Amino acid sequence: MDLRELAEDIRARFLEQGVTVPTSDIEQRLNSLVYDFKVPIEEARRSVVSYFAKLHPKEGVASETEVIYAKIADINTEDIWINLRVRVVQLWEPNSPSIAQVGLLGDETGTIKFTSWSNANLPILRDGQSYSIRNVVTKSWQGRFSVSLNKASEIAPLDEEVAVGRAEEEISGAIIDVQSGSGLVKRCPECNRVVVKGHCAEHGEVSGVYDLRVKGVLDNGEIVSDVLFNREMTERLTGITLEAAKEMAMEALDQNVAADAMKAVVIGRYYRVRGNKTPRWLLITDFEELPKMDEDEIDAVLKRAQGRL
Amino acid sequence: MSLRQREVARRLYAKELNESTLVYKEHEDTYAPQYLLTPTGAKCNRVFVVGALTEKENVGVDSDYWRARLADPTGVFPIYAGQYQQQAVTQLSAIEVPAFVAVVGKLNVFRTNDGPVKVSIRPEFINVVDSETRNRWVLETAEKTLERIERLQLDNEDAAKVRDYYGTDTSLYVGIVIEALEALKKEYET
Repeated sequence: MDLRELAEDIRARFLEQGVTVPTSDIEQRLNSLVYDFKVPIEEARRSVVSYFAKLHPKEGVASETEVIYAKIADINTEDIWINLRVRVVQLWEPNSPSIAQVGLLGDETGTIKFTSWSNANLPILRDGQSYSIRNVVTKSWQGRFSVSLNKASEIAPLDEEVAVGRAEEEISGAIIDVQSGSGLVKRCPECNRVVVKGHCAEHGEVSGVYDLRVKGVLDNGEIVSDVLFNREMTERLTGITLEAAKEMAMEALDQNVAADAMKAVVIGRYYRVRGNKTPRWLLITDFEELPKMDEDEIDAVLKRAQGRL
Repeated sequence: MSLRQREVARRLYAKELNESTLVYKEHEDTYAPQYLLTPTGAKCNRVFVVGALTEKENVGVDSDYWRARLADPTGVFPIYAGQYQQQAVTQLSAIEVPAFVAVVGKLNVFRTNDGPVKVSIRPEFINVVDSETRNRWVLETAEKTLERIERLQLDNEDAAKVRDYYGTDTSLYVGIVIEALEALKKEYET
């Protein structure tokens, strides 16, 4: 990026906040810092921004309201700069040193994945705390949106709590598959990740803690949904408790027997499930087997069919 | 891991499946999924069917090869499970005939040189279910079939393909739906 572009960028940023600064003034200062004082471009940008920000102090609450906050549910374009008022819903373990934090942010309209990059040196976000986060960039991968927190992002904790729309969903259909990784699993005591052959991706060899889960596929003939049952839901769904699953595994000397027993209970049956949506999974909070059919239901479809003859 | 979207399990009656002969791929790629387009426009790669298992037999010579028949109110789904459907083979060998079973599977299409196309189900999973589940499937499949018939009037690529290839008489399939539902109703009256 040359200085002219950078100047335009900074001007646009100020304009968003209702402050007009001539590009030539910005460019002049940038030039001076970069060429006369040999300051790195990033530092020059910072210096210029803070200089003009001081010249145009925000008028307390009034200027704050000029910031336009986007709603998470409205995010549908990649690579745009937005501001968010959100609560930290979940923090995950970053899987790369270049990522400082990764997790889910939520507002009234839904939740979205965020990534805070290590080189941005941003304040650490706390789980459950609400923030105003300005200047984040939207990203998209395989059709799912996320936001990226970068050097230009500004984070301010909020006193009030942002209500998080749980993005609840209720669907019904038949469970037609139970994916691998279901049944009796072991989790890393450090990070709660599921360990594979006693090995945690982050913490190496660990003695895992047993847990139950069902990663199911619910299919209604039109849409396929990945549905995740946690231990409590799994026990209710399958009638197999954690203790029973452990015993089964011990007796068979095979951790997979629990998953097989669960498959035999759930595959092919119809359920109505309710849960919280994440980008991939529906995290089940409640479910029921579809109630017994009555004749009225049959009559309704019969009438519809006769109407087509 | 495949990034390809999981194929939806379509619901259709045996009679419709057995009259389906139009096989196509959406693009030329060797690994592109193959679909069977049925006379009411169900675009099937995977199916979910529930019915009565009426026959099963291991017809394999050197290895397991199971042939089974699954009946719904309109006809019979032929089912074949071999060494690559180990899970289904194990399940099939354990089930006592007759029983209500749910089958999730992909379609096999045999095209003999001069004869007609024969379609069967290659099961991924077979499970014994109760009559309630079976009844619900019959009703659900009636609904799905009607929805497809309604969509056949629309102006889209699949509908046009179906009209060109089958020239489907929709009243025939509405009739099958009505028959299935009336049979279901009778079970509820007794």
